[in-house]
Amino acid sequence: MTTDRIYLDNSATTPVAPEVLEAMAPYFSTAYGNPSSLHAFGRAAHRAVEGSRETLAALLDVRPEEIVFTAGATEANNLAIVGTALSSETGRHLVTTAIEHPAVLRTAEWLRTRGFDVTVLDVDPTGRVDPAQVREGLRPDTLLVSVMTGNNEIGTLQPIDEIGRLCRERGVLFHTDAVQALGKVPIPVDAVDLLSISAHKFHGPKGVGLLFVRKGTRLTPTLHGGGHEAGRRSGTENVAGIVGLATAARLALDEMKATSERMRSFRARMTDAITRLPGTRLNGHPEKCLPHITNFSFEGIEGESLVMRLDERGVAASTGSACSSPNLEPSHVLVAIGVPLSMAHGSLRISTGRQTTEEEIDAFLRVLPEVVEGLRAISPFKVGG
Amino acid sequence: MYTERVIEHFRNPHNMGKLEDYSAIGKVGNLVCGDVMWLYIKVEPDRSGRDIITDISWETFGCTAAIATSSMVSDLAKGKTIDQAIALTNQDVAKELGGLPPIKMHCSALAADALNEAIYAYLFQEGKEIPGALQRRHERIAAEIAALEKRYEAFADKVQR
Repeated sequence: MTTDRIYLDNSATTPVAPEVLEAMAPYFSTAYGNPSSLHAFGRAAHRAVEGSRETLAALLDVRPEEIVFTAGATEANNLAIVGTALSSETGRHLVTTAIEHPAVLRTAEWLRTRGFDVTVLDVDPTGRVDPAQVREGLRPDTLLVSVMTGNNEIGTLQPIDEIGRLCRERGVLFHTDAVQALGKVPIPVDAVDLLSISAHKFHGPKGVGLLFVRKGTRLTPTLHGGGHEAGRRSGTENVAGIVGLATAARLALDEMKATSERMRSFRARMTDAITRLPGTRLNGHPEKCLPHITNFSFEGIEGESLVMRLDERGVAASTGSACSSPNLEPSHVLVAIGVPLSMAHGSLRISTGRQTTEEEIDAFLRVLPEVVEGLRAISPFKVGG
Repeated sequence: MYTERVIEHFRNPHNMGKLEDYSAIGKVGNLVCGDVMWLYIKVEPDRSGRDIITDISWETFGCTAAIATSSMVSDLAKGKTIDQAIALTNQDVAKELGGLPPIKMHCSALAADALNEAIYAYLFQEGKEIPGALQRRHERIAAEIAALEKRYEAFADKVQR
């Protein structure tokens, strides 16, 4: 990749921060031991894993034993949902929302095939879940509510504190997928019993994440083996990855105020400039949103073409268009918030990172109108009459 | 994912836009996937009286593959006799592009369908004989479009010609 490319797809993944890579390096080359081994190599690796656990516990304000390292957020979400469902003696029902990540939605659907009931709540046109609906959705046999902290496509934040309060009143476990939130907004760990995080969304490495499991929460493991992670997740620890996760989390939380302020100003600029173009709309909540994600729709053009044309001009972004998805269906999130089909096909997600600069936003905003006009010129659907 | 040929045609599509003095137009669409293609043909007789597609253009709402196949089908049909153009298949379009990802093969079908529909419209309005294969394809395409339009009436209200 040439360095003059502009990467605005940070909710897909982020570059590993140099500090993170540096902290990880020894655990590939010199301190390569297995944390379970008795010898010095093993003890060094064990110290690295437990030190990282303590760092993360302090950052999240939880206990070290409440952290279970996983191979990312998909595994963390599976463990949270399947693990609590299989542990519950009387609970047969789960509540989630229509705009969750597939790692939550598909997992809940799989449980359906195993005899559980799942209520999937609708969201309003901005993508917000109404806590009153969550309350109405609860049943005597509800075992878990899972609502994401902030949406990965449109950025809308959910009322996690309110939902957490009512779950606690009713004695129902509450899980949140906080993958997009860390380093962008405060992590609502006090409101939940389970919380998923993935390192590569905040400049850590891919393939490592964690599940926060509040003390006392019963969890049946989904990976069986050597009994790692206090029996909750077997498999030799991804030592370098875990060190990377802890280092990236510290960096993200240390820099959160400045980074999120910068991201918010980028979002405001892009929203102002893009919604001035004819036939465009902002998808998601205008204010209650993650600072780094902005989602637009452009009438008369198709999102995959838009992403490809932007790529040719050196800008990397993504779309919820059907043509870009493996099943040729438009984004379930855009459909859930009622974006008309024509607009859902023409969606563009811009997501910034800690490395994004003002100059890059300027360059993107120069390129975008030309690309949109170019595609509209060859479209049979003319915008604005 | 896409071949160099696909990217090349997407980057610099040939024969794009609306033909001002077209003889006939073929409109096909698949809004489930988000592809809609309008193909314009200009037909003129050559010295021996055969119908020739002397000019062709298109307008497409769609993905990279839809735009590349639009460009390719217009290249393949330009200068051909009606009979030669009828014989063009979606396989020909895909092959000339060096292949398409399996999930995008329907885009090549769309391009071939648009050509089919434009030729059908031309023969129909001129009162000329319509070959059986062309007629059957037209009926299949028309049925598909009717089904889609019914399903996506809301969309039609949103966009303006």
